[in-house]
Amino acid sequence: MTENLLEINGLTKAYPGVVANDAVSFAIDKGEVHALLGENGAGKSTLVKMIYGLVRPDLGQMNLLGKRFSPPEPRAARAAGIAMVFQHFSLFEALDVAENIALGMENPPKQRELAARITKVSHAYGLPLDPHRLVGDLSAGERQRVEIIRCLLQEPKLLIMDEPTSVLTPKEVEILFQTLRRIASDGTAILYISHKLEEIRNICDSATILRHGKVVATCTPREKSARELAEMMVGCTLHEPLRQAVEFGDVVLEINDLNAPSRSQFGTALKHINMNVRAGEVLGIGGVAGNGQEELLAAISGETTGKAGTTKFMGQAIGNLGPNPRRKMGVLAAPEERLGHSAAPDMSLTENTLLTAASRQNLVKKGFVDWGKTRKFAKKIIAEFDVRTPGAHTAARALSGGNLQKFVIGREVMQNPRVLIVNQPTWGVDASAAAQIRQSLLDLANNGAAVVVISQDLDELMEISDTFCALNEGELTRPRPAKGLTVEEIGLMLGGAADLEAVNV
Amino acid sequence: MFRLEKRPVPSKAWIIATPVLAVIATMIAGGIMFALLGKDPVEAIRIIFWDPLFSEQFASYSRPQLLVKAGPLILIAIGLSFGFRAGIWNIGAEGQYIIGALFGAGVGLAFYPSQSIFIFPLMIIAGAFGGWIWAMIPAILRTRFNTNEILVSLLLVYVAEHIMAAMSLGLMRNPEGHGFPGSRNFQQYETAFNAELIAGSGMHWGVVAAFIAVIFAYITMSRHILGYQITLAGQAPRAAKFSGVSPNRLIVFCLGISGLLAGLAGLFEVAGPAGQITTSFNQGYGFTAIIVAFLGRLNPVGILLAGLLMALTYIGGDLAQLMMGLPAPAIQAFQGMLLFFLLAMDVLSNFRIRLKKQGAA
Repeated sequence: MTENLLEINGLTKAYPGVVANDAVSFAIDKGEVHALLGENGAGKSTLVKMIYGLVRPDLGQMNLLGKRFSPPEPRAARAAGIAMVFQHFSLFEALDVAENIALGMENPPKQRELAARITKVSHAYGLPLDPHRLVGDLSAGERQRVEIIRCLLQEPKLLIMDEPTSVLTPKEVEILFQTLRRIASDGTAILYISHKLEEIRNICDSATILRHGKVVATCTPREKSARELAEMMVGCTLHEPLRQAVEFGDVVLEINDLNAPSRSQFGTALKHINMNVRAGEVLGIGGVAGNGQEELLAAISGETTGKAGTTKFMGQAIGNLGPNPRRKMGVLAAPEERLGHSAAPDMSLTENTLLTAASRQNLVKKGFVDWGKTRKFAKKIIAEFDVRTPGAHTAARALSGGNLQKFVIGREVMQNPRVLIVNQPTWGVDASAAAQIRQSLLDLANNGAAVVVISQDLDELMEISDTFCALNEGELTRPRPAKGLTVEEIGLMLGGAADLEAVNV
Repeated sequence: MFRLEKRPVPSKAWIIATPVLAVIATMIAGGIMFALLGKDPVEAIRIIFWDPLFSEQFASYSRPQLLVKAGPLILIAIGLSFGFRAGIWNIGAEGQYIIGALFGAGVGLAFYPSQSIFIFPLMIIAGAFGGWIWAMIPAILRTRFNTNEILVSLLLVYVAEHIMAAMSLGLMRNPEGHGFPGSRNFQQYETAFNAELIAGSGMHWGVVAAFIAVIFAYITMSRHILGYQITLAGQAPRAAKFSGVSPNRLIVFCLGISGLLAGLAGLFEVAGPAGQITTSFNQGYGFTAIIVAFLGRLNPVGILLAGLLMALTYIGGDLAQLMMGLPAPAIQAFQGMLLFFLLAMDVLSNFRIRLKKQGAA
């Protein structure tokens, strides 16, 4: 046989109403870093789940090292040498690193022995990790290390990584890539799933591109530009967001020495936040999630209130007002969590329109809801923002992530806000929808609104921000013009990677 | 093997069909139980569901009973449905019902033997106020000190029962009652009596109030912003907060309306069918109404039907005990089955059943 590690032949998996994978075939070589590219809903996760034994294919077959491979359950896949690092970590915060790793093993060795192995393997791959630290005290990057080490201890033949960099700072990404190269040079193949095209160009040897469940192309990512890759994914030409040069107007939103308590056990309290956003300006706020992003959005939307003077809109103190009085003035917000926060999952899009548009669009008269008018506005959002759905009566949870996000952003944008703050506007959204959402935010700024974009995606922030600052442990850095910032400077502003230096072996 | 698959949107057809299926399933399972007890199942089912309404022998007595029993159940359940939709759990409607009755009866008895036409309206206001104020205790404790309204409202039921016992033995005892516990009977105090509006129908002011409550709740839930906020708070509390709904205002409103309606139910009962405050005045309507609210899917029209159905099984159950010598626990088990099947069938409106296919690879 050849050097092929895993060969996939005509894998097909259909779910009711959608063919998630349609005769997908490709091969991964030993020691290769292979990218799996595709928009949301292209069938990447279904494919990976079949390899990992979580889902059984309807048709087709897989060969591992020339032998027929059809894992009935993840345990069998792991035994065959497949390991996977999921996008969402499955770690217990109250246990230490070694205990967490032992939980994922079939036959865990004694704790002391395991701890020694963890220290050894983690150093060998440049991911130093203290086996006795509590996972609850670790940063997102360090938690990911735990997951990777857990996989490496199995000495896998194939390591699957699902969006590994979405929670990492640039410095952490760099460290991770060094590790991945080292793993690959030892002969382990890596199947790398990501949206981030620059990363894929950086680290992957080859790429398989999926669209609507079918393989549409295979290529060597280094030979293509990020734009070409994106267009292969989407299947059409992408438009880069257009930004007209505008003079900024007066300060519209002013935050003075804002402090706010943490909203959840693992959130972060805001400490002495100061910022100004002018009319026509897009302020990008970077940083790893959980550093006060949710709290900042809540303080501006009015979900958490405080002293009146801490937040000012056009000079008027609004810090003590709730969400609806602020909406009436034109201060609008779109939180990160789509299902359950910015939209109610079981309610229709019409009902979800009422969620934030009631006061500003006059949808309620003398306490009674004007459902006709609400439906009309919902339909307008759906049409204007190209939300793919059977109609305004559809429940929010029936929409795909990208479509619901278009709806949620559209709902705020269509209300002509004076100030709009959004958190992770394109998280989990496919490339074309993301481009559309970014364009709508820029258009809003062009028309004189002050826009605040909180995001973990630095490429996105660099693309659309006029001014950039970073939120780290509840503190906001001094804002700087986004144009001309280097990756190193951004890394310093984010600050989080200072304690995560790679160990040079 | 069968497999459940979540529907993207709950099926409208099944939401309507499941209660009917549940009643049929209850008849079958209940029939088997009655057969095992050595009774004729067909006759038992007929006596429970058919005879109370259509038998020549009993219908003249039991038909009015249907409204008499369903009235308070519906009135209380409608009130509870507001809170239940919002995730605010008032379990103490029984207590609010008792206090409403005490307030209303207290006002009526205080004016005895005045013949003023204002007495009955005044009693209604007092009854509603009594239920409302009793529900405000858990509401204020919850909003001020974040106590659990389930526990507080439930425990207040027992407090209310003791107050009622003390009242019927003390302050409200009938001075002409030869020392027996219990207040004056409103049947002998016509101005304050909640009489049947149409003779032989069982229709009294409480039933009218129940129908009005159904309409009021229907409009609030479907048209008013308050109904929207209640549903939103129940389904997605964070989204509700983002939308600008104040959780505390909602708690006060929901507990208030359920207390108010329970108090009204108590007043209409004491001034009408029950006639007097006694040590055993409350019959568990406040608790049964919780079942009625869920049986009716927290939907006003559903509650109306569920209240009637529940009342029917009570009357029919009594009749079956009397006619066939069925033990009371068997009737209760039968009512339990109805609830069980209803909740079990609910799965069908949110999920569809599929045959599990074996993987091909």
